[in-house]
Amino acid sequence: MMKKFALSALALSLLAGFAQAETVTVYSSRNEQLIKPLFDAYTKETGIEVKVLTDKEGPLMARLQAEGANTPADMLITVDAGNLWQASNMGLLKAVNSKTLTDNIPAHLRDARNQWFGLSVRARTMIYNPSLIKGEQLSNYEDLADPKFKGKLCLRTSKKVYNQSLVAMMIAQQGEPKTEKIVRGWVDNLATDVFPDDTKLIEAVAAGQCAVGVVNTYYFGRILDKLPADKRAAYPVKLFWANQKTNGTHVNISGAGVTRYAKNEAGAVKLMEWLSSEKAQNLYADKDMEFPANPKVKADVLVSSWGPFKQNLINMSKAGELQGAAVKLMDRAGYK
Amino acid sequence: MRLSSLRGMGYAAPIALLTIIPLLVVLSSFLHPQPEVWAHLSEYVLPDVIKNTLILIVGVGLGVLLLGVPLAWLTAVCEFPGRLFFSWALMLPLAMPAYVLAFVQVGLLDFTGPVQTLIRELTGDSSWFPRIRSTGGVIMVLSLAFYPYVYLLARNAFLTQGKRALEAAQMLGLSRAQGFWQVALPMARPWLIGGLTLALMETLADFGTVSIFNFDTFTTAIYKSWFALFNLPAASQLASILVLFVLVLVALEYWARGARLYHGRIVAAERIRLQGAYRWLAIALCSTVLLIAFIIPLIQLLLWVKTIWQDDFDARYIGFTLRSMLISLFAALIVAAFALLLVFIQRRFASTGTRWVVRLATLGYAVPGSVLAVGVFLPIAWLDNLLIPIANSMGFATFQILKGSVAVMLLALAARFMAVAFQPMESAMQRISRNQEDAARSLGLSQRQLLWRLHLPLLRGGVLTAVLMCFVDVMKEMPITLMTRPFGWDTLAVRVFEMTSEGMWANAALPSLMIVITGLIPVVLLVLKSED
Repeated sequence: MMKKFALSALALSLLAGFAQAETVTVYSSRNEQLIKPLFDAYTKETGIEVKVLTDKEGPLMARLQAEGANTPADMLITVDAGNLWQASNMGLLKAVNSKTLTDNIPAHLRDARNQWFGLSVRARTMIYNPSLIKGEQLSNYEDLADPKFKGKLCLRTSKKVYNQSLVAMMIAQQGEPKTEKIVRGWVDNLATDVFPDDTKLIEAVAAGQCAVGVVNTYYFGRILDKLPADKRAAYPVKLFWANQKTNGTHVNISGAGVTRYAKNEAGAVKLMEWLSSEKAQNLYADKDMEFPANPKVKADVLVSSWGPFKQNLINMSKAGELQGAAVKLMDRAGYK
Repeated sequence: MRLSSLRGMGYAAPIALLTIIPLLVVLSSFLHPQPEVWAHLSEYVLPDVIKNTLILIVGVGLGVLLLGVPLAWLTAVCEFPGRLFFSWALMLPLAMPAYVLAFVQVGLLDFTGPVQTLIRELTGDSSWFPRIRSTGGVIMVLSLAFYPYVYLLARNAFLTQGKRALEAAQMLGLSRAQGFWQVALPMARPWLIGGLTLALMETLADFGTVSIFNFDTFTTAIYKSWFALFNLPAASQLASILVLFVLVLVALEYWARGARLYHGRIVAAERIRLQGAYRWLAIALCSTVLLIAFIIPLIQLLLWVKTIWQDDFDARYIGFTLRSMLISLFAALIVAAFALLLVFIQRRFASTGTRWVVRLATLGYAVPGSVLAVGVFLPIAWLDNLLIPIANSMGFATFQILKGSVAVMLLALAARFMAVAFQPMESAMQRISRNQEDAARSLGLSQRQLLWRLHLPLLRGGVLTAVLMCFVDVMKEMPITLMTRPFGWDTLAVRVFEMTSEGMWANAALPSLMIVITGLIPVVLLVLKSED
């Protein structure tokens, strides 16, 4: 009787173990429609099922923390390095030792303790309306604070994490006092109220409401992508790579980490390695007109047409470390 | 009397706990003071957001009353061409999520929108055009989005008020206008306050709409503390203050209402026939509101859907829609049943103590969604963490028992929407007089029979309104659905979230449109069943 019980318990646990090995469970704040095609491809290739649950970063992290050791999640995917840094800081992730990942992902796009890895690069740079301003008049983010841009600048709200990261990186490299002066200069130069999203901002530049703005390139890519190929050149907005003569254009990532209490750690690592591989990187980045994190992989044709650019090589962790300071600085400077 | 009060509190408590437990979780954040964040917020953030929030409450409060009450009066009491159509069509904006309305109106009226572009093409300058992304703009859009609460409840009031009182007023020499102001309006007070309460609670908890206008409110500060400063305790503390503010408002209203009675008898009444210019005015008002709050945004949604449906529309939408309808239906029925019990308990064991327990049960609606979602999730995860080792020792290899179950999701939604079901039923209950109860009792009805055979039939209108509003609200709800849904239980609202979180508004139009269409079903049902 006892033996039978023990045997069936063993069988059950084996079964459970078997079932787990066949699925990887992912919590993601990256949109379902951007990651689902990848996971479908992964399942097709390996037979391993990927279960996804999406939500905003904040609630996802609160959820992981509350679930503790009993979380079903093996992997966390978020956009913005600040969020990954925070997840790591809250003890929600665990270090992954994978040569594949460290080979595929450049050092500045991953955590120094290997708790998270960037999977796509999102560049935040300038766009301008060529009928209102010449490309040669543009140079650095810092320069946009100059009074010569008075009434010409459009910005998105400081509540968006992309701007918080941009300012955090400026704090990291130039210190708070100087950064605060720059941000105040931006606010003084605004042509109109800050925008709720990048797309609206690009449309405002196109309509001539302002001459120059700062956006993530994929929003621009999405607009161009919707236009017929022969109309793209005539679109009254051009892209300018910021800070090419200084520290490089600000980049951020979307990325992933293995959860601390992953039930299928090996499966999660394998999935992450696959996502960083050459065949998956195009699918991952091109779906949203982002740049692949793996430097061996070329970006989408439209994205490549903006030319090569120098990235700011400061480690992404700074975005998380200094995010709070950046938010407070922007509050002080009156950047809404 | 004391005993009855205790019993009332005792009966109401289990339902109220659904809301009280998450609220206690939110309140418990005060165990972890966050002096550093508070110092920053109180110097640079709070002064502005408190001012903005107060302006918004006053503005939206006036806005929903100025839209909802006249529209309800016109369609419930008056007669004019198209009245029957407008009486149900004016409920439709309830199905239009406020953030969608906001996005469409900002898109149309902002500098880059078609209206100003046309003006610039014709005259070369559109700088005189009023800014839509302004305090006035946000008040306008929220009023248009939330007036249906007042409209629906006020309509119930006017329909059940009967004409007796108005006739009496006229016999006493009051003019028709005086009759409206001095008799009809005061007699509709619980309904108006009920609708107003819902509109204001939703305004306070709103995040999506105000962010489109970049209009910083108290809720903006809550999310800033959580998502930008990564400080959930500080966010919860701010949310507690918001709840406290709502409690004070509720107490003030309770105190102001005093012991007034609002009984009345439904008498089929002759409608006031509008003549001449008044007729046209009525038609113009109804059509304008319908146009701005529903038809124009609907057309915009359709135009967007036309550009993307070939890529986005697939078989999965059948699943999204079915799950949305299933969850909304069950959540609406559950929350309506709970609210009905609360209304009964409050009637049967009338006392201040009972009233307060019942009031606490309705506070979930004023808490910003994601904060309430965490408040709901923490105790569930805690219970799960207790139960899982037991289950494991019994041989079940599992790490979720309660969390990720549909039952928990429905209870969490009930905690959020109790107010929406409670307000219309509570007002309807006020029409039933103690005399009617005494008469029924003298005919030999027991206390329980009284509820089933007197109250329930008379509450029918209120119950229907409650179920309709809850159904539509659950359909639009995001944060709690996102947090508590089982794997694979993606709904239309989840789709909207996926698209809008990356600014893909044209793609979000498809699920939004499906929400609007599905939300119309209960409206149509209500119309078929309604009194006129």
